[in-house]
Amino acid sequence: MKLIRIKAVAKKELIQIWRDPLSLAMAFLMPVMLLFIFGYAITLDVNNIRTVIYDMDNSSLSRELVAEFRESGYFRVIENIYAQKEIDKYIDSGKAIAAISIPQNFSKKIRKGENTELQVIVDGSDSNTATIALGYISAITGKYSQKVDGRNIKIAIDPRIRVWYNPELKSKNFIIPGLIAVIMAVIAALLTSLTFAREWERGTMEQLISTPVKTYELIAGKLLPYFLIGFIDVAMSVMLAKILFGVPLKGSPFLLMILSSIFIFGGLTMGILISIIARSQLVASQVAMIATFLPAFLLSGFMFAISNMPRPLQIITHFIPAKYFVTILKGIFLKGSPFKLLLIETTVLSVFGLLVFVLANNKFKKRIV
Amino acid sequence: MLERIKQMVIKEFIQIFRDKRMKAIVFVIPLIQTMVFGYAVTTDVNNIPTAFYDLDRSSESRALARRFEASGYFRITNTPGSPAEIRDLLDRGKVTMALQVNRGFSEDLKKNRNAAVQILFDGTDSNTATVAIDYANRIVKEYAKDLSSSAPDASEAIDLRPRSWYNPELKSKNYNVPGVIAMVIMLTSLLLTSMAVVREREIGTMEQLMVTPLKPIELILGKTIPFALIAFFDMALITVFGVIIFDIPVRGPILLLPVSTAIYLLSVLGVGLFISTIAKTQQQALMATFLFYMPAVLLSGFMFPVENMPEVFQYITYVNPLRYFLVIIRGIFLKGNGIGILWPQMLSLLVLGLVVMTVSSLRFRKRL
Repeated sequence: MKLIRIKAVAKKELIQIWRDPLSLAMAFLMPVMLLFIFGYAITLDVNNIRTVIYDMDNSSLSRELVAEFRESGYFRVIENIYAQKEIDKYIDSGKAIAAISIPQNFSKKIRKGENTELQVIVDGSDSNTATIALGYISAITGKYSQKVDGRNIKIAIDPRIRVWYNPELKSKNFIIPGLIAVIMAVIAALLTSLTFAREWERGTMEQLISTPVKTYELIAGKLLPYFLIGFIDVAMSVMLAKILFGVPLKGSPFLLMILSSIFIFGGLTMGILISIIARSQLVASQVAMIATFLPAFLLSGFMFAISNMPRPLQIITHFIPAKYFVTILKGIFLKGSPFKLLLIETTVLSVFGLLVFVLANNKFKKRIV
Repeated sequence: MLERIKQMVIKEFIQIFRDKRMKAIVFVIPLIQTMVFGYAVTTDVNNIPTAFYDLDRSSESRALARRFEASGYFRITNTPGSPAEIRDLLDRGKVTMALQVNRGFSEDLKKNRNAAVQILFDGTDSNTATVAIDYANRIVKEYAKDLSSSAPDASEAIDLRPRSWYNPELKSKNYNVPGVIAMVIMLTSLLLTSMAVVREREIGTMEQLMVTPLKPIELILGKTIPFALIAFFDMALITVFGVIIFDIPVRGPILLLPVSTAIYLLSVLGVGLFISTIAKTQQQALMATFLFYMPAVLLSGFMFPVENMPEVFQYITYVNPLRYFLVIIRGIFLKGNGIGILWPQMLSLLVLGLVVMTVSSLRFRKRL
């Protein structure tokens, strides 16, 4: 191994990157854009549920119930309607997500101490919003029915609930640390997956082959500049997360950067392996998409809890490096985990990186086919 | 003119599928995405790993734990022996919830005093936690109610009758799989179109195309028709797959699906062409595609409802073709909507598509 050869390849690659400022700009723009979207635009918190009310009772009690819904902050009453048919219209067209109809004898029954019923219709097509909305509705009516009920049902057990790590249950705190893993997986796929394929397609690979550079020197040299970009991207994302979005960083930033480097190495090497196998930029781009972006986005637990997935998929997630990085990021950010709690994840990522490097080295044929 | 377009389309197909792996890719990508979105992206909360710390060791405390398990939402995976162990389990992420029953629980219940249970949640996943807290609350309340059910009239005064339409079991897959059609079409058409044009430039074959009698409009059609065909194929594939494997209902007029796909393709292929006029290399085309694709997916209502976004972002979604197509496609599959309800979306999509296509074609001709 000659360091000077690695340096030479790295320098050549760096010049090539420098000559393509558009790609470079996009490499830095991508994380910023994703952080902004996830930080400002997207929230899993459900509120402002568009609701229509069909109040057949029109009494002070029914209006009180409607007021409870309004004041909860979760529901936005967009219209009072006066016919059952209109519910269909609102829900079918998607103008309303929930419809609450209060029966005619609602207040009469409550005053008499009889049980009354409340009809609730939700648009279940978005199952997540629907589940949460139903939860809110049952909590609100439960509270209300205790309030109006003179019979005083004694609730014998008092659940004392405490939430750790993210006591306000802000989805931002949960998503953004994991998002850094997704960003890195995407960048790694977009940047390195084309490097070797491009050389083959343009015919410059023959020139590289004719030099005395060894395969692993070539891979390492091509890796270095992209590693630098990836590292800057992570540092930038961590700073944005902390300063702009106020995500707590409870653990050590130093540890975060070290462990991130290990993941970046693995991700970039994976891109290179794809590039070596694919040989065509079109194929490489498509493979990179299914091999790195989709799993990192969907199966890493960054947003969709792995424990909710069916068993076979849960097993597959063990083979997805981004999953381990998401655990590391969330651990360091939200729980302040020390290194010894993250030992397994670190080991897996290191082994993965080295394995892919060796594989890439073996797959690359230094000859013209 | 038709003959020249036909030849161009044939050439394009030969070029795409010369690499045999592309054939597989055109098949495999939609299938994998359907599988993953159908199975993985479930926001349905169940099997929450739970630690049960029982200091009371009574039949009552065990009955409560059984209630949690029987609900299907919680799975008791650990029975720690100390609070430190609970902390450790939560820190390591082994469990998401810890249920602690203190000593004296059963005695309090027997003496008709208020008893308390301690419930700890890992709030890192705020969405799961919100849903789980609600479930836990309900389970505890129901247990309490059943215990005191010896007293008459113990039920709550208001009986809630919830019904959810279109997706009564509230399954995520019914919501996600139709959306995958929109996503796959967008990604595949964007990438294939933009890269196919840029590749000609990168390799230097664009000059050859320009010396042929092909007119710019024919070149544009030749470069977009093959990918439109692939998009239609993907749509059919995912629909069949979704219906057979995932049991996705198709309640609306199925013919509306290809019609609206065609309208949707106008904007998507238009954006692809536009990217090809900006990008000089395939690397740039790939990155630019992603720079468009990511926000388009995130700000479409595919996974995150538009109405939860701040107002500024809600306005941005109006120029996102994916937003309209998702409403159409979900309307057709789940709600059984016809053109009577969906025409505003289809019209918006058509206008958007015509604008994007015109702008891109003009730019494309200028660049030739």
